[in-house]
Amino acid sequence: MLTDADLSALLITLKLAGLTTLILLLIGTPLAWWLARSQWRGKPIIEAVVALPLVLPPTVLGFYLLILLGANGPLGEHSLAFTFSGLVIGSVFYSLPFVVQPLQGAFAAVNRGYLEAAATLRASPRDTFFSVVVPLARPGFLTAIVLGFAHTVGEFGVVLMIGGNIPGSTQVLSIAIYEHVENLEYAQAHWISGGLLLLSFTLLLAVYGLNRRFKVVGP
Amino acid sequence: MSLEIRQQLTRGDFELAVEACLPARGVTAIFGPSGCGKTTLLRAIAGLEPQVRGRVKLGDEVWQDEGHFLPPHRRPLGYVFQHAVLFPHLSVRGNLDFARRRSGGGPGPGFDEVVELAGIGHLLSRATPNLSGGERQRVALARALLTAPRLLLLDEPLAALDRRAKAELMPCFERLHESLSIPVLYVSHAIDEVARLADQLLLLAAGRVEACGPLAEMLTRLDLTPAGSEEALAVIEATVNGIDTDYHLTRLAFAGGGEGRELWLPGDGLPLGRRVRLAVHARDVSLTLQPPRQSSILNIIPVQVDALSPSGPAQVMVRLRAGDVPLLARVTRKSEAALGLRPGQALFAQVKSVSLVE
Repeated sequence: MLTDADLSALLITLKLAGLTTLILLLIGTPLAWWLARSQWRGKPIIEAVVALPLVLPPTVLGFYLLILLGANGPLGEHSLAFTFSGLVIGSVFYSLPFVVQPLQGAFAAVNRGYLEAAATLRASPRDTFFSVVVPLARPGFLTAIVLGFAHTVGEFGVVLMIGGNIPGSTQVLSIAIYEHVENLEYAQAHWISGGLLLLSFTLLLAVYGLNRRFKVVGP
Repeated sequence: MSLEIRQQLTRGDFELAVEACLPARGVTAIFGPSGCGKTTLLRAIAGLEPQVRGRVKLGDEVWQDEGHFLPPHRRPLGYVFQHAVLFPHLSVRGNLDFARRRSGGGPGPGFDEVVELAGIGHLLSRATPNLSGGERQRVALARALLTAPRLLLLDEPLAALDRRAKAELMPCFERLHESLSIPVLYVSHAIDEVARLADQLLLLAAGRVEACGPLAEMLTRLDLTPAGSEEALAVIEATVNGIDTDYHLTRLAFAGGGEGRELWLPGDGLPLGRRVRLAVHARDVSLTLQPPRQSSILNIIPVQVDALSPSGPAQVMVRLRAGDVPLLARVTRKSEAALGLRPGQALFAQVKSVSLVE
């Protein structure tokens, strides 16, 4: 079964994924709203930057983050490399598109007419966002939360580059598996891998199932 | 109180340049063909077209002027869109509460009054996606009224509806007209709706004001679009002043009419003294120099020719006056010559059909 080290890796993984998802919702929601509504000509540049982690090898992202966050970087002695905070920052970048893209899609699908109707009913833009846009974009939020969380749970390259593999501090499940395999502890690797497989499948099943029920109806 | 508007917009080939001062009471219809800028004008008044330059002032409140633009959510107006636009994530009651909670507590009609006026009491707990077209528009109307608006804007609320749903909605608008004193701007391209609901008419053509004034006058001026249309008609405000119970007929006297300026209408259901609005289509009016002694036509009114205007190659449109009330008759050019029609001439209008519009 699971060792103490595995259990602490599980806790760190869940904490990392939860915190990352929360931060991404706070950053990603206004960013996605802006991307969905803006007519600015430079918008594709921002969209491309947001999507970069989708195509970039995680080690590339991890490498740059290591340089940025490391002891020789601008942070100097306040280096965040090999700390949990560093992991969170890395994960936020890495999972950004998985939160922003579903939100952007959901926001773009909200008919402009609803925003105008809300305005004629005396709702300020902020009020309209929370009382009309958010409820109508609920499937997008659900997808964003689950993908952001699950993707962070599954990250490997970035974590390895900037977090290292410090048990009890920065060792997450995906790296614990790697380590078990390296040490030929296949039974442990099976337990964790199987667990992650099951978790990921359950989460995705929940998203697709729920989104079907929340089907948004047009005007 | 009045609504002062001066709005300008150039968008591609289309140019809107509207300047008008409307009395902010009763129903003012903004009437014109598709693409003439009616909806754009209404949206601009609501503040939904921020690119439109100019001025909007209701009473002494300036909504828009040079360097000043009140965003739509700060304008005390109600807006009913052509497609209702109810929030799909809220029930009917949820949609109404959305408006009520944000009304700012201004003096306006109460919840129960509005629900009854719109006839939606039985729909309150329903989900909005399952409503019929007519039901959706009634909920949208109620929702707009619950914001306690000082001006109600209706954008072709009947255009997307079938005949039955229209028949459901019309009485709501009429009750609105009778029981609430909120001024209404009503965009429409259907002359029968306008004849039924409007008090004033703002005629719009290709983004410009063609004319603006009282309904009866605007419908019958020969230089304007409505009198040139196939459906040209006049409206008469009349009062029930007699019932013939033997023949089941109602006698109506009309304002400005004198001796003989009465009309008979089939049916005897209306109470004495009730004010009604009648529509008389130009195609249902014929002219005669002598009152016919034996005719099946009941309604023969002494009138005076006011003006004439060609209507196609074979016909002329004749504007008549029965006292102060303008009427239209479409006759052939041959008849025009035979009768020697000319302005000022006194003769008789035979009205084949009159319909009650209100």
